[in-house]
Amino acid sequence: MNKIGREHVPLVDLGHERPQVSANARNMSPIVPRASISGRALVAVVAIMTFLASITTGAVLLVSASAAEWQSEVASEITIQIRPTAGRDLERDASAAVETMRTQAGIVEVRPFSKEESAKLLEPWLGSGLSIEQLPVPRVIVARVQPGTTLDLAALRTRITQVAPSASVDDHRAWIERMRSMTGATVFAGIGILALVIVATIISVSFATRGAMAANRPIVEVLHFVGAADSYIANRFLRHFLMLGLEGGLIGGGIAMLFFGFSESIASWFSGTPVGDQFAALLGTFSLRPSGYLVLALQAVLIAAITAWASRRTLFATLDDVD
Amino acid sequence: MVRFENVGLRYGLGPEILRDLSFAIPAHSFQFLTGPSGAGKTSLLRLLFLSLRPTRGLVNLFGKDVSLLSKDQVANLRKRIGIVLQDFRLLDHMTTYENVALPFRVMGRDESSYRREVIDLLKWVGLGERMDALPPILSGGEKQRAAIARAVISRPQLLLADEPTGSVDPTLGRRLLRLFIELNKSGTAVIIATHDITLMDQYEARRLVLHQGRLHIYE
Repeated sequence: MNKIGREHVPLVDLGHERPQVSANARNMSPIVPRASISGRALVAVVAIMTFLASITTGAVLLVSASAAEWQSEVASEITIQIRPTAGRDLERDASAAVETMRTQAGIVEVRPFSKEESAKLLEPWLGSGLSIEQLPVPRVIVARVQPGTTLDLAALRTRITQVAPSASVDDHRAWIERMRSMTGATVFAGIGILALVIVATIISVSFATRGAMAANRPIVEVLHFVGAADSYIANRFLRHFLMLGLEGGLIGGGIAMLFFGFSESIASWFSGTPVGDQFAALLGTFSLRPSGYLVLALQAVLIAAITAWASRRTLFATLDDVD
Repeated sequence: MVRFENVGLRYGLGPEILRDLSFAIPAHSFQFLTGPSGAGKTSLLRLLFLSLRPTRGLVNLFGKDVSLLSKDQVANLRKRIGIVLQDFRLLDHMTTYENVALPFRVMGRDESSYRREVIDLLKWVGLGERMDALPPILSGGEKQRAAIARAVISRPQLLLADEPTGSVDPTLGRRLLRLFIELNKSGTAVIIATHDITLMDQYEARRLVLHQGRLHIYE
């Protein structure tokens, strides 16, 4: 049979009965009716999952940014403490240590704390009005290291103790290590929560897809009867699920971005209060950098893509069952 | 066009309901498939439509061994087969016109290229006034005619019809038979499964009679 040749030849000849055909194209109904797919529940699930994932990612970004800031501040400092000992002039030892530090390569600033400044540091514990002369208070010298310079701490320690035997040199290594492990643990927990959210999203989307396919089984069967391939049928459903995923991702991601946008203003209301100050010390200004917002937007797109992928996987599995 | 060799079919672990079927359906041929209820007429039609696979034997369709076909190849072969089922299988959210036009839509053809053909056929089967009606408000006979129109609209090379005149009056039954005959004259091989002796008596054609799972052919 020549299929091409008979395409426009009518199957039946109606003669004078031929009806008038409108020149305009008819509005065709969608093959999969939109109302038959329980979309609202899926949008809500994806929106909630995206919101939770965004809050987790945002918090991880804030903590790691603040921790990196502390680390760089602390890592660029060396503290020398000179304790008073019998038979040594504390002032002279302190001056000698300052001089030694100033001649050390890689040190950009040396700042000895005066007696008054040391008293100020002790004020929270000892109260005001004390004469510091009567107490064996050690002298503190803070030196700032040029960024990117690696100091030979052992050699520096030897040089300092030669001029001030009671001096101790601290580069805050233990503190930095502790900070690093805390940040690592926070990021690890955040990634764990993200993984759980993504797994929960895949499971929810798979169930929603399976439900929608079960409700539309008669449509799938008829499409098979008229010779539609699985890819044709899957594409009819997939486009719909991708749109639902994008809608959910946009809502969840958008609300999370607004949350971080306003959190800076909310944090400013609490500034001056003990809680507000503690939070500010821990997390800085609570504001995400522009790159943070970009990460949240990409994450919302990723969750929409995961929604579409999970739908596609479930669709083909269900189509295998239907045939 | 179709060749069955020693084909057997059973559902699960049940008895064999079709046994040692060996026959051929030549291109451009016309035949009635008949037999008592439960003889396996619908199962044989489903084997021919590739929605069932035989338990044993060889089924060759359009020159291809169906046991070796992939899902996409099955879908492509189905485009060359039209089927009318007893339960019509119309999509309730689509109008009669859209249901009948569905095979063209799945082929990716533009609506303007098939509109006249679909409307002419709907008029021919007496559904000219019901083009925009949804299936739930159609009568049984109207649904049957819409299902037949959908099966024949793309002029398949093989048409399978399961009791196609079961829900229509004798006059319309004759008209539908004429449609099948015209389709056959234009090159389609037709297999009509029916109980209706009156319908079979109206047209001289080969009869395939299923009895106790075996097929007897009367040329």
